[in-house]
Amino acid sequence: MTFLGMPARAPRGVGHLRGDESFPVAARKALANSQLRRNLQHATTTIRGKSGRVIAELPDWQELRSAGSALKAYTMARLPELLEQLEENVTAAGGVVHWAADANEANRIVTDLVRQTGERRVIKVKSMATQEIGLNEALEAAGITPVETDLAELIVQLGNDKPSHILVPAIHRNRSEIREIFLKAMPDVDPGLTDDPPVLAAAARRYLRETFLSTKVAVSGANFAIAETGTLAVVESEGNGRMCLTLPETLITVMGIEKLVPKWSDLEVFLQLLPRASTGERMNPYTSMWTGVTPGDGPQAFHLVLLDNGRTAVLADEVGRQALHCIRCSACLNVCPVYERTGGHAYGSVYPGPIGAVLSPQLTGVADNPSLPYASSLCGACFDACPVKIDIPSILVHLRNQAPHPRTEAAVMAAAAYTMDRPKLYASAQRAAKLARIAGRRGRGLPPPLNGWSASRDLPSPPKETFRDWWRSR
Amino acid sequence: MSSKDVILGRIRSALSSGVDAPEIPRDYRRGEAKVDLDLLVERLTDYKAVVHRISAEKSGISAAILEILAEGTVVVPPGLPTDWLPEALEAIVDDGLTAEQIAATDGVVTAAAVAIVETGTIVLDASPDQGRRIISLLPDLHICVLRPEQVVASVPEGVARLDPRRPLTWISGPSATSDIELNRVEGVHGPRNLHVILLAA
Amino acid sequence: MRIALFATCLADTMFPAAAKATVLLLERLGHEVVFPAEQTCCGQMHINTGYQKDALPLVRRHVRTFEPYDVIVAPSGSCVGSVRHQHAMVAGADAGLAARATSVASRTFELSELLIDVLGVEDVGAYFPHRVTYHPTCHSLRVLRVGDKPLRLLRNVRGLDLVELPDAEQCCGFGGTFSVKNADTSTAMLADKMRHVLDTGADVCTAGDASCLMHIGGGLSRLRTGVRTVHLAEILASTEAS
Ligand code: SF4
Repeated sequence: MTFLGMPARAPRGVGHLRGDESFPVAARKALANSQLRRNLQHATTTIRGKSGRVIAELPDWQELRSAGSALKAYTMARLPELLEQLEENVTAAGGVVHWAADANEANRIVTDLVRQTGERRVIKVKSMATQEIGLNEALEAAGITPVETDLAELIVQLGNDKPSHILVPAIHRNRSEIREIFLKAMPDVDPGLTDDPPVLAAAARRYLRETFLSTKVAVSGANFAIAETGTLAVVESEGNGRMCLTLPETLITVMGIEKLVPKWSDLEVFLQLLPRASTGERMNPYTSMWTGVTPGDGPQAFHLVLLDNGRTAVLADEVGRQALHCIRCSACLNVCPVYERTGGHAYGSVYPGPIGAVLSPQLTGVADNPSLPYASSLCGACFDACPVKIDIPSILVHLRNQAPHPRTEAAVMAAAAYTMDRPKLYASAQRAAKLARIAGRRGRGLPPPLNGWSASRDLPSPPKETFRDWWRSR
Repeated sequence: MSSKDVILGRIRSALSSGVDAPEIPRDYRRGEAKVDLDLLVERLTDYKAVVHRISAEKSGISAAILEILAEGTVVVPPGLPTDWLPEALEAIVDDGLTAEQIAATDGVVTAAAVAIVETGTIVLDASPDQGRRIISLLPDLHICVLRPEQVVASVPEGVARLDPRRPLTWISGPSATSDIELNRVEGVHGPRNLHVILLAA
Repeated sequence: MRIALFATCLADTMFPAAAKATVLLLERLGHEVVFPAEQTCCGQMHINTGYQKDALPLVRRHVRTFEPYDVIVAPSGSCVGSVRHQHAMVAGADAGLAARATSVASRTFELSELLIDVLGVEDVGAYFPHRVTYHPTCHSLRVLRVGDKPLRLLRNVRGLDLVELPDAEQCCGFGGTFSVKNADTSTAMLADKMRHVLDTGADVCTAGDASCLMHIGGGLSRLRTGVRTVHLAEILASTEAS
């Protein structure tokens, strides 16, 4: 049986967890785009300020973080029982639970469910899980049109673009670019459209209204699922979530198995952590919660698809498993100095930023995303910002240990360690000014692969004597 | 072997080295705290809800509604007290109206289940005086009548009062988005106008 | 007090002034400094680049070398951070080594921690007549949590005009081998840090890590800004006489 052997990773050839190029190569292109950098800097600075202000309002923010972190660790430790409890409660309330071992199976389940309704169009609430598995492509291949209803997703879909942020997939676009996209791609748009954000939001409202009213199937993700009660929760802002969760006849929710919360009362922690850490609001405009099917109110058919797709492989890693605690608030992206400069596309996965750098390689296996664990200066800002205290820097360091290493680098590292474990050899290496010889004259470049460093920085001139020499000569 | 068995098997094997479930530290603020209605008003207003404070008398409700909407049609849940509604408005009781019928009204009037001071949130739980979720979603104006005894200070108190078996809608201000340059902009798909009528204690 | 100096390989080899200054400062304050000659490197570069196995002998050496001492100081937030948060982890299955590493870590201090928390001095009697801005390095700030200790020390330096660095808590972009593997991103981060340093009008930028200073100083020198980088220890060691 496969699960007794190698951990099962997210399969290749489906979904969006692997990039076409390595992080440094993709980052270089992004860095050259000055508009992108301005947009990102503006947006992340805004959100950091907002979030900082509302977090400062809570005297017990650190206590909430500790509770959130412990709740997630508890959930992981009890995952089999809690998942079965969830299934039991959802089923008892009139829902149907499906288990999907990977992206292909999840796509097949959802596609079949839509087919059974006879509908050719579904409305979607922004969901990371369905992006991860490439559900839209699978639906399209089956002749079903998925319509993204979240404003940022809509901007991405109309702009033929890729999402670049967990929460605000179009964070890389500013208002005037959004206006351009709407003018070009939104049917029947008012040609006098301005770039005033409320005007742009109103255009999206008008555009999607008819679709909301006439589509009979919706696909959503979930922010939380409560094992104790079988309740699902979707946290959103615009009301597109409410539309999708309320108007259609059939609702299909795709959720990673880690999104579980043990008890109803545990939401008291997460509903304080999530909005303040993510959009920097005391509370997001809308949160919908439902348990199975409510006769006469909302969808009368409810399907819950529980997705593995590599998550159990993450769970098997004692250090890396805390990446599954993530509540997708995106705070770590917003504070990350690397993300702020490269944007999300450089990470090549639907999960960008610090959490992406630890989650994507674990879902796919590090060999398929070998540059991501290195896409961080280990500055630690993500760890401080994370509302559930995921120690991202430690996971990065841990994954670097599993990453395939370039042969020359490995040889240099081994030689350095060998030398440094022999003080006499080390001292003579220092004295022979090996470093100085490599460094050459002050300001001269280093040979590859170190030339990237000296391209924009001068090297210090080697000192006349090392500290060790000075100490001995005192 | 079913996928359920496969996944549960993988999880058990992932946890096989022994993983302890930690104690949950519950030293954040949980107990009952004093309700500050002024702060509730401030928080609601901060997120662009319009608040109307009226005396404890129920008779003030219809006058307040009339001030918000002078004429037109409103959809109301079947359990809404009829004396809340001003005669100038045409009230359509939701007895299974279609989405189109609801969308065509000028507003909706509901009660609420709970309100949370700290976050400026009102929660609807689809009780007879709040109705199906759809009615508070499609009209562009939502008028919500709140009684002081429904107000709690904090999120934990709010969660404790709610029944998760009911469909719940947490509302904090009118529909908004942060998708354009990460600034909050009001008015997308949900009601663009949220008015809260708050009865005095 | 008898204090063992962990000079760190970078200061020992490339920036001896920072290590010398640490010695001279502590001696001036009346303490005895010893330099265990068997020391080399804490292994941080190996650990952070994914070579834990190579780092193991270095951790073992470090523990063995510093075990006999009650108080250990290093003029580097980042190396102390590695000793405190990584050595036991690298020791891993070797429970004995892990316990010894934890014990050494508990006696190892970054310079500003040693001065304020252990020795209880905020005014070290230094004199440094320059306009100075302080960059809190990430590992001092978020791994060791030294907080405002370096600033408290700097505020007591006579003649020193301390100017606040805008966006001080943002990483300078060094990150060890990050600056090589992701040189373009690192450079972009450095550019913003340098802009902030220049905005202060300071003629000296200081920090508690020679590595970050090498990075920032290298950039400032390339641009011929005239702004110097000076390790915190060197400022604190300066007196009217020097
Ligand atoms: S890792 Fe933490 S900060 Fe980052 S998105 Fe997840 S919960 Fe938020």
